[in-house]
Amino acid sequence: MTSFILILLASIFFTGIVNRVKSITSGRKGPGILQPVKDVIRLFKKKPIYSKTTSFVFQVAPGIYFASVIMAIMIIPLGELKGIISFDGDFVFFAYILGIGKFFNIIGALDTGSSFEGMGASREALFSMFAEPAFFILMGSFALLTNHSSFQEIFTSMHFGSSITYVLGVLATIVLVMIALVENSRMPFDDPKTHLELTMVHEVMVLDNSGFDLGLISLATNLKFAMYGALIANLYMGNFPLYLTIPIFLGIQFMFAISVGILESFTARFRMNRNPQYILVLSSVSLLIFLGVLLVLGEFR
Amino acid sequence: MGILSGFIVILLLAVLLVPFMEVQRKGLISVAAVIILAMLSGIPAIRALAGHDLEYIFPGSLATGRIPIRIDALSGWFILVINFTFITGAIYGLQYMKAYRTQKASLTLHCISYVLAHAALISICAIQNSVIFLVAWEIMALSSFILVTFESKKNETLNAGINFLIQSHACIMLLTVGFIWVASKTNSYDFTAFTSFTRSNTQLTGLALFLCFLTGFAIKAGFVPFHTWLPYAHPAAPSHVSGVMSGVIIKIGIYGILRMLLLIKNDYVVIGYIILFLSIISGIYGVMLAIIQHNLKKLLAYHSIENIGIIGIGIGLGCIGIGKGNNLLTYLGFAGALLHTLNHSLFKSLLFYGAGNIYQSAHTVDIEKLGGLGKQMPHTSLLFLLASLAICGLPPFNGFVSEFLIYNGMFKGLQGFDKPMLSSFIFGIFALALIGGLAMLCFTKAFGTIFSGRPRHHFQQAPQEGHSWKLIPMYAVVLLILLIGLFPAIFIAAISKPLELFTHIQDLNNHPQIVKLSGSISMIGISAACFLLLTGLILLIRNRISNAAKQEPGITWGCGYAGNTQKMQYTASSFIRTYRKLAEPMLSIQKRKTELTGIFPQKGAQETRPYDKLEEWIIDYPLHQLKLFFNRFTFLQNGDIQFYILYGIAFITLVLLVPLAFDFLKGFINFLNTI
Repeated sequence: MTSFILILLASIFFTGIVNRVKSITSGRKGPGILQPVKDVIRLFKKKPIYSKTTSFVFQVAPGIYFASVIMAIMIIPLGELKGIISFDGDFVFFAYILGIGKFFNIIGALDTGSSFEGMGASREALFSMFAEPAFFILMGSFALLTNHSSFQEIFTSMHFGSSITYVLGVLATIVLVMIALVENSRMPFDDPKTHLELTMVHEVMVLDNSGFDLGLISLATNLKFAMYGALIANLYMGNFPLYLTIPIFLGIQFMFAISVGILESFTARFRMNRNPQYILVLSSVSLLIFLGVLLVLGEFR
Repeated sequence: MGILSGFIVILLLAVLLVPFMEVQRKGLISVAAVIILAMLSGIPAIRALAGHDLEYIFPGSLATGRIPIRIDALSGWFILVINFTFITGAIYGLQYMKAYRTQKASLTLHCISYVLAHAALISICAIQNSVIFLVAWEIMALSSFILVTFESKKNETLNAGINFLIQSHACIMLLTVGFIWVASKTNSYDFTAFTSFTRSNTQLTGLALFLCFLTGFAIKAGFVPFHTWLPYAHPAAPSHVSGVMSGVIIKIGIYGILRMLLLIKNDYVVIGYIILFLSIISGIYGVMLAIIQHNLKKLLAYHSIENIGIIGIGIGLGCIGIGKGNNLLTYLGFAGALLHTLNHSLFKSLLFYGAGNIYQSAHTVDIEKLGGLGKQMPHTSLLFLLASLAICGLPPFNGFVSEFLIYNGMFKGLQGFDKPMLSSFIFGIFALALIGGLAMLCFTKAFGTIFSGRPRHHFQQAPQEGHSWKLIPMYAVVLLILLIGLFPAIFIAAISKPLELFTHIQDLNNHPQIVKLSGSISMIGISAACFLLLTGLILLIRNRISNAAKQEPGITWGCGYAGNTQKMQYTASSFIRTYRKLAEPMLSIQKRKTELTGIFPQKGAQETRPYDKLEEWIIDYPLHQLKLFFNRFTFLQNGDIQFYILYGIAFITLVLLVPLAFDFLKGFINFLNTI
């Protein structure tokens, strides 16, 4: 429960901080940190318009997407504190529940019969497909390292052996940050600020969403960021007491947001057709972690 | 005994009655026969799952030896799976076949074969005598051949049927070789002879025997590279037949493999790795090819190969578990495989019924021509969507439960610290995750193109929703899909008896490791229910707010263009273009393109024809070489009747001369000896 509330809390500020960092680096003052939340509230009040082409799928898709993200957040632990849902193999459920959200997002986009939205949908489907194995290999390596297979058990018993595990933690952070960027369609995989439909991924998928639905989608995006931030934070918490974990959690979320901001300010978007190859690299980094785990366990002697 | 004779009487009655009935009655009688057969076989099957095996031994004849009928928990589980899909298929088919009411003779044959195929499948699960088993297998193969070639006037259908017939006989040949091998050494056709045979012989002999059966059953199940018949047979058959075939007939191959695993005692670790490797290849290759298909039914057929791969991964895990003495791994692997067998039979039959609805209303299953069907066929659209979600293994549906078990097995297997196991399981995890992602790409493509957007093609008659008797069996399947998704623990408990056969642990449900596991499995159900509730809640709030502020519907954003955007829609091919570019080196896609050139260009066109690279290598190339070889003898076939008579005479003379010459030679040598 604590982690759930903390993630909700972090999500309020997350995108605001990212935007603030981006405006500072480009020499602007920028909007307030709470602006994204205000945007969402404004959207919630707006009247939605639906295209004549759409069917029921388009109407339910944002709701299901949002529910899937909330559901995924409920699984994430905070150090020793279990998430609301926690069981053996819960990270499989985590990945697949996010999958159902993605599925609806994609078919919702296709439901508009647009010439652009299919393009974004196609890219999203392909990119997240390549990101998925990386996550599973990562979790597999940790399952091997800790002899456990649920989020909470893995994270609490990760750092008992040697301090090399922290190195693995750093590598895992890289993988998770990249997965977060892919899943949230941020730079360098996708430019959320682009103005051309042909170069968008996520933005083009929600072109026809409006009002409450669009609000749900933006809210889900904020939540997803904070969710991956929480996963990264968990890599370092171990079994620390609560008065340490909460500052660590907030600190890491803050640093994550700042680094996303800096990354978005100083990198250019990758070439769209090279993205899949790049995302597949994540799987090899995960494999590196796997080999690292084998090294720690002394399998190579 | 009463059940057995009842079974045979009903079967004979149905087969004899159908030809003499009016067209409408034929269907009804076969549906009734299928239901009664299902009930008769269901009783011992359920009893077997509860732990009371049925065993009855017919005295048999001199040729066959004793004929044991044994329904143990494994047979019971498969019989129940077969029965459910056959019943829904029969009810769906009753309505589906009304479109062909005029073809009386074909319908008669079709009805009879349907009942026969059902009975044969049940018998295959129950009979444990090699000879009779092969007879039942042959009946199954022939009746499904007739089922597939219902529209035999179409050339494609006939070709597909013949392809199927040949390949299923290749399967029978391998099985026959295996059976004869054992029978010649043990002098017994009883399946129990397998155990004694493999126990008393070397490991290598046992392995060879197992591989012989594995190859045979793999042809039936559709493992890569023995899959080439499958993508032809499924699209050619009427939809309820494709549903039944993909749902359960290919699963009889899985049953065969599982049965042989129980009977043949060997080094299970080696067998496990073989099956695991084969299955991973099948899984990835199947879905990779599925994505690029334009024909919906062919796409679904390739997905069967993928799902057979997933089942196989479970079996492979289980075997490695047996070999290593890791009970949890055995349990998880086989539980995943058995449950996925049921799950796949459900959502795949549902998808094929959905494809049937589309075919009968739009008269095409070409994805590129379909579009916007969601509005005209809301029920089919919803059902197809649910089945797509289930086949992608997404919670809260049933596919997730079985995939979860297999994932869990692999993660648990990683903790065994065994190097070959480590590397193969991490590869397996990678593969399973990739399969999941690819399946999602494939089904978003299929659903998104067919049901959403606007029509891509002008139909003479606007497509309409299928008849409600086509929808009712489909809803029944969905109900079961949701039940498994929400209450997985019940179904896992139901397969504890077949699992006991593999793990050799009595009273599995109270084993400490399993109790812990079933805790997390019921958590899946609870979480799935949570998710449904949460979704419902959010949608309720959304409806409250959005309905209060209802606006006139607008048009889809087209960068300011407000005209007809029908042809500007994203197509299925363009949706998967990036994937196709990436996967091209591994696939075989024929492309034809006429580029636009000049100031006043002519009409441009592009065409892609997906083909199977493995089929090119394994089937087409050897066949081509064989043809070349036989072409050398074409001079013999010169069309002159006199020559043919000459060949006949030459042959007869040769046949008569050989023994004569032999005798002469023998006499001559004897003569020499006497000197």
